[in-house]
Amino acid sequence: MSFWIASSPHNHIQGATPKIMRLVILATLPAIIAQCYFFGWGNLIQIAIAVSVALLSEMVFLAIRDKNIKAQITDGSAILTGLLLGLSVPSMAPWWITVIGSIFAICVVKQLYGGLGFNLFNPAMAAYVLLLVSFPLQMTSWQPANELLTQSLSFLDHLWLVFTGFTGDGYSAEQIRMNIDGITMATPLDTLKTDLTLGLTVFESFEKPVFGDFIGLGWEWVNVGFLLGGLFLIYKKAIDWVIPASFLFGLFFFSFMSYSISPDSSASTLFHWLSGGTMLAAFFILTDPVSAATSRKGRIFFALMAALIVFLIRKFGGYPDAIAFSVLLCNMSVPLIDQYTRPRTYGHQRGE
Amino acid sequence: MTERNEYKELTWQGLWKNNPGLVQLLGLCPLLAVTTTLTNALGLGVATLLVLVCSNATVSLIRHLVPKEVRIPIFVLIIAAFVTCVQLIMNAYTFGLYQSLGIFLPLIVTNCAIIGRAEAYASKNPIKQASFDGFMMGLGFMLVLAALGAIREILGQGTLFDGADLLLGDWASVLRIEVFHFDSKFLLAILPPGAFIAMGFLIAAKNAIDAKLEKKQAKQTETKTIERVRVNFDA
Repeated sequence: MSFWIASSPHNHIQGATPKIMRLVILATLPAIIAQCYFFGWGNLIQIAIAVSVALLSEMVFLAIRDKNIKAQITDGSAILTGLLLGLSVPSMAPWWITVIGSIFAICVVKQLYGGLGFNLFNPAMAAYVLLLVSFPLQMTSWQPANELLTQSLSFLDHLWLVFTGFTGDGYSAEQIRMNIDGITMATPLDTLKTDLTLGLTVFESFEKPVFGDFIGLGWEWVNVGFLLGGLFLIYKKAIDWVIPASFLFGLFFFSFMSYSISPDSSASTLFHWLSGGTMLAAFFILTDPVSAATSRKGRIFFALMAALIVFLIRKFGGYPDAIAFSVLLCNMSVPLIDQYTRPRTYGHQRGE
Repeated sequence: MTERNEYKELTWQGLWKNNPGLVQLLGLCPLLAVTTTLTNALGLGVATLLVLVCSNATVSLIRHLVPKEVRIPIFVLIIAAFVTCVQLIMNAYTFGLYQSLGIFLPLIVTNCAIIGRAEAYASKNPIKQASFDGFMMGLGFMLVLAALGAIREILGQGTLFDGADLLLGDWASVLRIEVFHFDSKFLLAILPPGAFIAMGFLIAAKNAIDAKLEKKQAKQTETKTIERVRVNFDA
């Protein structure tokens, strides 16, 4: 008989990655339901396209690389990437947008860097930036909330719209986005940005129907859905609470500062929190265990920096929302952040 | 080494093994900025090729007269003189291309591929070999430019030789090929990040081909030489 001395860690949790991935996928449900309720079926179609293309390209690439396909497909990371991309593209975007995005996310951003665990950038956000930079027209064709539309859209209408560019009645995406006066309706963030350049105050801009009673018809509930999902993930300990907390605090800090300096030309913190992709970024994108910073101090800095970039681009930049850009910029600086925020190893003094 | 072998080696080095674009990664700035269309890429490639041949020849011609301590400024002066000539010629005969290349034409002066060749090869070798080296290096650089330009033009606009008449005269407008037509351009291919990504893929392809060749060669030598191995247990 021989003693077998195992080295630490002694307490194993089997299959951690698939479990976390499944939890995260589950946690997007409230937001998906909210999107469906307020914006119709479009996003379900996009998610279906994105997930299936992501899975397919992952399988093809793994086959080329001679990897164990079954083990890496069932961990759910490709599904999650597809899901996040499908959630973030506009629901009326043509099908090839989502296909190009999913292929780029999996093949270039994830697999070419070495697969899960080696990707420098968040695959879904890198694909989103690729699409936004390449196809600005299609990537801004956001659908207004259902109750603002002049004609109601059925599931089949959405399907035709995504695959042929026209609904069953022959309306194009542009026509659907028009209100009764023939003016194209934009997202709350975009509307506010345009109105501020036109000389309106925030208060005047908020009178428009796009904002609804509160701060963005439909958008607020989608963000609340992501918030609920994120709180569930924190409760289940699937993600670290530090990143979302510091990201939201950062956004609060910067927007509050600007609001107190010039309330007429700056939106409130709540508007920043509950519009665009803020909550998606806070709980689902920035918390990506691969591309985020590792130490606690580093994570605080990482999330604050993301908040600063989001705020700066939303307020002064050319794009209405900036989640994807800021996530990529922060991903890029993660090696540097990690270098300067190394935790002290036990038994060593600082600066040794 | 016989002279013929030397030329063969220079060709191999310039076009493939030591290619200034793919291996030395020199002159990346014009390489990435100008290659939005095949025509632009060819225009800059030809200009660089001309400057490279002329400067290599001149540097080699005066290599015994130049004191070692001041050789770099003298090389730069020679290169700048030839760049100015090429720039004036292009201004006169291909004005449209001259305008679309813009600042990157005078910036050939700072292309490290040129001064690198002057320093590393031309200043130590006779004029014939030096001009041949310049020609091959320039050709290698031009081929990479053209490949990158073609990839980006096809992906970005779906055409090839768009605006070839700027480079070759009016008859060349028939060269324009519409490979396929989209409703919306793939802007990324035309923007700078697309250039970096396409360049990465080109380098990866070159490395993959090299790895494959090496494997093949290793296999061939393995099968050819069968050696008898003697194991001496006493030693």
